[in-house]
Amino acid sequence: MSTLEYKLTKTTETVFTAEFHSLDGNGLEKAKKYADRFQGWFDGVNATDNTAAHAHASNVATAIAIKQLGLEPILQIVCRDKNRLAQQADIMGASMFGVENFVALTGDDVTAGDEPEARRVFDTDGPQLVRLMSTIKRGEYMSGRKIDPAPHMFIGAVENPGAPPFEYRVQRVAKKYAAGAKFLQLQICYHQDRLEKFCAGVRDAGLAGKIAIIPSVVLVKGARPLNFMHNSIPGIDVPADQIARVEKATDPAEEAYLQTLEFAQHALAQPGVRGLHITDFRNDETLERLMTDLGRVRQISTSEATTNDVKDDHAYSA
Amino acid sequence: MTTFIATIEHVVKGPVWGCQDCGQCVLHSTGMTCPMTCPKTLRNGPCGGVRENGNCEVKPEMKCVWLKAYDRTQDWPLPATWKAEYNHLRPPVDNRLKGTSSWKNFFTKRDRWTPTGWKNSTDESQGVDH
Repeated sequence: MSTLEYKLTKTTETVFTAEFHSLDGNGLEKAKKYADRFQGWFDGVNATDNTAAHAHASNVATAIAIKQLGLEPILQIVCRDKNRLAQQADIMGASMFGVENFVALTGDDVTAGDEPEARRVFDTDGPQLVRLMSTIKRGEYMSGRKIDPAPHMFIGAVENPGAPPFEYRVQRVAKKYAAGAKFLQLQICYHQDRLEKFCAGVRDAGLAGKIAIIPSVVLVKGARPLNFMHNSIPGIDVPADQIARVEKATDPAEEAYLQTLEFAQHALAQPGVRGLHITDFRNDETLERLMTDLGRVRQISTSEATTNDVKDDHAYSA
Repeated sequence: MTTFIATIEHVVKGPVWGCQDCGQCVLHSTGMTCPMTCPKTLRNGPCGGVRENGNCEVKPEMKCVWLKAYDRTQDWPLPATWKAEYNHLRPPVDNRLKGTSSWKNFFTKRDRWTPTGWKNSTDESQGVDH
C-alpha cells in the first residue's frame, strides 16, 4: 500500500502532494535537483503526462525516476495522446516498477500546446479512464484478458471546481467515484466561493469521506504568471482583483506568497478536504516556508534527501 | 439495405444534431445534444477547460456541448427515463461502428456491446454502495 493510500484510507492526516517539474534535457540530473527540494515534504508527487499539451519526458519514465529518487510517484495519464491500449500499457509498465498511485485526466486539448497540428486522441474520457484503471486493478485488461497477479493500485481523478457548469461538477465527482476514484486532485481555483460550493456539494452528495478532495495552489513570484494562467490555461480564471493585489503591492513576490498561503489555508478548511496539491513555479525558499506555515514538519533531513534508496512504503506515516 | 438506413439516418440527424455517425447514439441521454460534436468527443461530461463564459476550450466561439446538454436535460420536456440516464457512465466508443446506422445497432442491441473487462467492472465491484 502506498503512503498516499495509507494516509488517506487509514488515517485522518492531511496529505500533501506536488506537481513534479516536466523534464526535458538533462532529465535525470534535473529530476534529482527537483526531488531533493521535495524530499520529506510530500506524500505523493505527480509524474505529469505532457503538461499543457507540450511534449516532455514521458509520464512513466518520470514516475520511475521519482520512485528511484526516493519519492512516491502519482502517475498521471491523460486521454489526449494515447488510445486505450497505450493507456493500459502505461499502467502496467509503471506497475512493473512499483508505481501504485494513478490519476486519470481528460487533458488539455492539443490546441493548448505548441504542436496544435497534432492529432488528438481522446479514445477514452476521464471517467472512462478511471473505470479502465479499476478494471486493471481488478485483474483484467479491458478485453477481459486476465492479469495475475493484478497490480496494486490507488486510483484518483481530477476535477475543476472553478469552471462552468459549477453545480454539475459534483455530479462528475459522483461518476468518477462510482468508477473507482478514491481521491480527487482539483484544478487551481482562484475563486474561493466556487471551491466552497464545490466542497459543500460533494459533502451534500454523501461523498465526503469516500473520496478525498485535494485542492491545488500554485507558488508564483508575481502578477505575470497569474496573468499567464488567466489568459493561457484553459479552465483557470484569476479574478482581476487577485491579479491587481499582487501587481500593485510594494513587494509583489511577498504578496504573491501571502496570497498562496491564504488560498491554501482556505482550501484546507473546507469540508471533505484531505490535503493540498502544490505546484511550485518559484523554485525558491517559499516552498519550505509554505509547508512550515501550514504546519508541516519535514520528515527527513536534507542530507538524507540526497540518497537514491527507495524508501519503505510507510516511511512517512510512522 | 444497411447502407440505405445509415444514409437516411445521416440525412435526418446530420443537419439537426450534427451527427458524426458514431453508430452508437446516446442523444436521448444527453439532452438531445450530440457528445461527438465536442472537439474531444467526451461522452461523460465537460472537461475542465470550459471557459468563464461557458464556451469551449478548443472552439472559443462555440458553447460547451456539455453545458448545452446539461441545460437541455434540465429544461426540455424529455421523458424521465431519458433524463435519468444523463449521469450514466457511458462506455468508450466502439470504433468499429463508425459510419453504421445507430438505429440498426439499437434494434440489434449491437450498440450495447462492451468489452468483457469493462462489463465486469460494475460500480459494485469498486465497492460503491448505492
